[in-house]
Formats: sequence, structure tokens, C-alpha cells
Amino acid sequence: MALSEKDVQYVAKLSRLEVTDQEVAKYTQQLANILGYVEQLSKLDTSKVEPMAHVLDMKNVFRPDQPAPSLTQKEVLSNGPEIQSGHFKVPKIM
Amino acid sequence: MAFEDWEPVIGLEVHCELKTATKLFCGCKTIFGNESNTQVCPVCLGLPGTLPVMNEKAVEYAVKIGLALNCEISKFSKMDRKNYYYPDLPKAYQVSQYDKPLNFNGHLDITTKEGTKRIGVTRAHLEEDAGKLVHQGGKAGRLDSSDYSLADYNRGGIPLVEIVSEPDIRSAEEAHAYLTALRNILLYIDVSDCNMEEGSLRCDANVSVRKKGTEKFGTKAEIKNMNSFKFAKQAMEYEIKRQIALLEKGEKVIQESRLWDVTENKTKPMRSKEEAHDYRYFPEPDLSPIVLPEDYVQKIKASLPELPAAKQARFVAEYGLTAYDAGVLTADQELAHWFEVGAKLTKSPKGFANWMMGDMAAQMKEQEKELKDLKFDQKKLAELVDIIEAGTINSKQAKEVFLELFNNGASPAEVVKSKGMAQVSDPKAIEAAVDKILAENPNVVADYKGGKQGVIGFLVGKVMAASQGKANPKMVNEVLKKKLDA
Repeated sequence: MALSEKDVQYVAKLSRLEVTDQEVAKYTQQLANILGYVEQLSKLDTSKVEPMAHVLDMKNVFRPDQPAPSLTQKEVLSNGPEIQSGHFKVPKIM
Repeated sequence: MAFEDWEPVIGLEVHCELKTATKLFCGCKTIFGNESNTQVCPVCLGLPGTLPVMNEKAVEYAVKIGLALNCEISKFSKMDRKNYYYPDLPKAYQVSQYDKPLNFNGHLDITTKEGTKRIGVTRAHLEEDAGKLVHQGGKAGRLDSSDYSLADYNRGGIPLVEIVSEPDIRSAEEAHAYLTALRNILLYIDVSDCNMEEGSLRCDANVSVRKKGTEKFGTKAEIKNMNSFKFAKQAMEYEIKRQIALLEKGEKVIQESRLWDVTENKTKPMRSKEEAHDYRYFPEPDLSPIVLPEDYVQKIKASLPELPAAKQARFVAEYGLTAYDAGVLTADQELAHWFEVGAKLTKSPKGFANWMMGDMAAQMKEQEKELKDLKFDQKKLAELVDIIEAGTINSKQAKEVFLELFNNGASPAEVVKSKGMAQVSDPKAIEAAVDKILAENPNVVADYKGGKQGVIGFLVGKVMAASQGKANPKMVNEVLKKKLDA
């Protein structure tokens, strides 16, 4: 699979990462190597293999609908870089 | 070309908040309106190292919705991550369902002017709600001019079922009928309080138009922010007209999200994340697949109550109501129950229904009362209906007795008795009264016999006055006619 610099820029944008032109060139090479390595898997015949939904063979792990304590508002907000009147304050969105 | 040459094509996405006590993946409570960021824990805050665990009640409610909407229930279902960055999403992904939704391929029948129409339900899947953002500064509450936003994650992680319809809807009226029927079903099966003001039922519409007779769909716009059924209908009506006007001018509809602006009564383009949506869905590794045994599904199926459409049909068959009246009474489960208890206590279920939907509904509206506030039960209203059916009191008196019943809970039979309202329907008494009036008014009798038949009204009035209004007017009329024509 050929990976272009455009792909890298696109993925960086989706991930909100700022990358320089130099980095784009470097990551394009590195990501192409990784993808090329994983690409080997596509040589396997998987036509008779069910797609896997989970790595562990488990199902229906449920919990009863019973309330448990939440954190306090102070605890919740303690990691926020900026807070205001009980809320996380986030920069202008658009 | 004209407006009539175009056909709207509408598909609806309804988000329904489930009324579980706790969130989808953690034990935080789901109470609406509590202080900001007090129903939040490391799981719904997306802190590293936390593990979500599925709420079994949410799965049960979601299956209930699927069954009520005639869906197939997936034997194998799983959760997926929908990745995007937005401040209302602390994990930077929403846990939703992508290719294996819990419910799919269902339908919902709606009543339109042309009769019953079936609207396909593509899927009804389980997902978590996002947090709530309050935009500050600029034009009040508007995102596009705000300076910053405040995030409250109390709502983040509350279970939602997203119900996606097929693009089978052809008018804003049909869309309204679909939403009403859907809400009614959700209330019947008791999985959501469906309170639109609190956001527990939310609706987006995909609207496009095409020339009548053509198959290909036009370019659609997605309308958001329609937080009441009334606004939803207005927004869709507006959007249909806007698109037709554009196309008639030879312009194109742009595929975009638009917001319904309540103050200006129009849809407006929503400035949002510019890049194409690329959610990079992948299976949620922290949650196990859902594999529901057949007996689990059957057990939920057996627990479903009679649904609105079935109840409506039964009311028509069992109580002789019109489809319309049965529709009004079954639009609310409590109202339907109130009627059905009463219908068994009266000789005239139809009369009972008429009083419920007529004077009773009017008084409830005027005095802002609900069923639980009523001062009387079905037995007393049935008593009144039977008294009226028996012809004991006339319709004007019936209204008076009803007010006594509504305002004071008085027994209709006792009111009729204490006010001396009972109509005189004894033929002998009426004949005597008629004879007396005829004897007193020989000139009028002569006029009648001379061809002036209109004077009978005068004579009826005299008999009624003599009986102080208690004589059965229908009988008085009949007896007078019989005697005069003899």
C-alpha cells in the first residue's frame, strides 16, 4: 500500500497534530514501513475466518443498573487547565 | 415547474435517552438538572486506565425498542468507537454501534390522510450521549460567535438509542405523524420519559427533494436543533420550500448541516468542523460483544404491553369507537386506561368517550388539571353518561351536572335529584299537561289546523314552561303532534 504525504497530513489533521514538512516526510517513510510490515498479513487466506470482534473469547459482560458514587465536582475539575463556575472552560471552538 | 412538481424525501434520526438509573458504562446517576459535573467518574471522564462495563438494563431497554419497532434483533452485536475531537466528548471518541447494531430492519405504521403508511426503520442502535456545552460571549448561546465554551459532563455517557428511519417519509406532516407515533410507543414501553425540553428525545432530519416520478434522490441537507415536534414540522416545511425554490432557480442544494433558528423561523447553515467526517470506526476493545440468546429476546417480547396501534384497533372493534376517537384516546397510555375502566361501567362506551374528549378534556385544559387531579372516578362519569342515555336529563342539564361532577366530585344521580332536574318522561303526565295547554289555547289550535304548523313551537314552549322545563321536550313534541293531527 502506497502511503503519500497527503495521507499523513490528513491523519495528522484528524488527530489535531501539528507537523512540519520535514516531519511529514519522515513520518511518511516510517508509517509506510509499519504498514508494509503489517501488510504481510494480507497474504493469508482469511476467506473462511470469521471477522474477530474481540481479542478475548468473552460475551455479555454486564453490570446491574445500580448507582455507584461519582467523584466530587472539585475532583472532577481538578485536572482541568481552566475552570469556571463548575465547568471545564474550553477555548473558542470555531 | 411549480411546488407541486417536487416530492420531498425525508429520513429521520431520533435519539432517545433511556431512563436507566445509571449511565451506560458506569454507575454515575442520570438525573437531569443536577449541579454541573457532579455525576461524573473516571470512566465517563475517559481517564486512562478505566474500564467501561455495559449496563444490562440499557441492553434490555434497547431490545424492547427494537421489538416494539418490529426490528430483527441481532444475534451478535458489538460496540464500536466513533472517533472525533469535540469538547463535549472527553474520551475523543463516542462508544456507539457501527456495523452490528442491536436492532435492524424494522418498521413503524403511521396514520396519514390517505390511510396507514409503513415507514421503514433501518436500525435502532445503542450508544452513549455526549456532554453538554454552554457557549459564552458573543451572541447569546450561539456557537459561531462565542468567545469560549463551558463543558458539563453530567450527560456524557447516558445511554441513548438512535432510531434511524428509511427515507420513506414524503412530507413534513408524515414526519410529524412518525415522530408522534414513535414517541407514543417509547412511552408505552416505558423506556424513556421522552421529554423534549430536557433533551431526552432529540430529532435530526435528512431532507431532500426530487422531481415527482423520478427515482434518484436529490442532494440532502441535515436539519438539526429541532427541539419540539412543532419546530420539527416547521423546520422541515421551511427546508422543503427552500430547496424547491433553489432548484427552480436552476441552483443547487449544498450537502450540509443546517440549524433551525426559532427566532427567525428559518434553517441556517451550521458552521462546523470543516473536514469531511471520517470517524475511523473500530471495535471497542474494552467491551465484550453482546450475544443475546433467543429465550432472552422472547422473554422481553412477552413483557411488552399492548402497543398503541393494537390498542386503537381493539377500541374500534370492542367499544364501537371511530378510528379517530380511538386514536385520540390511545395517544396517551393513561388516558386509554382511564377510558377502558369507564367503558366497562357504562352502557354507552361511545358516549363515555365523547364526554372524555369533549367537556372533560376542555375542563382539564381550562383548569390545567391532569387525570390524577380529577375529583371523580370513571364510575361517576359512567353514571352521568347512563343518565343522559336514558333520556332523564337534556343536554343543557347534562352540562350543568357535569360541572358539578368536575368541580366538586358530586354524584350525578344526586345532583339530578337535588336540583329536581329529572325530565318528566311519564306519558300520562305529559298527556295531561298537553291537554291542559290545548284547552287553554283554542285559537292557536285553530291556527295549526288552518295550516300554520309553525305554531307548534309556541305550544311546546307553553307545555315546557308549565312543567318548569322538566318535561321531556321530545315527548312533548310527539304528543302535541299526535293530538293536533288527530
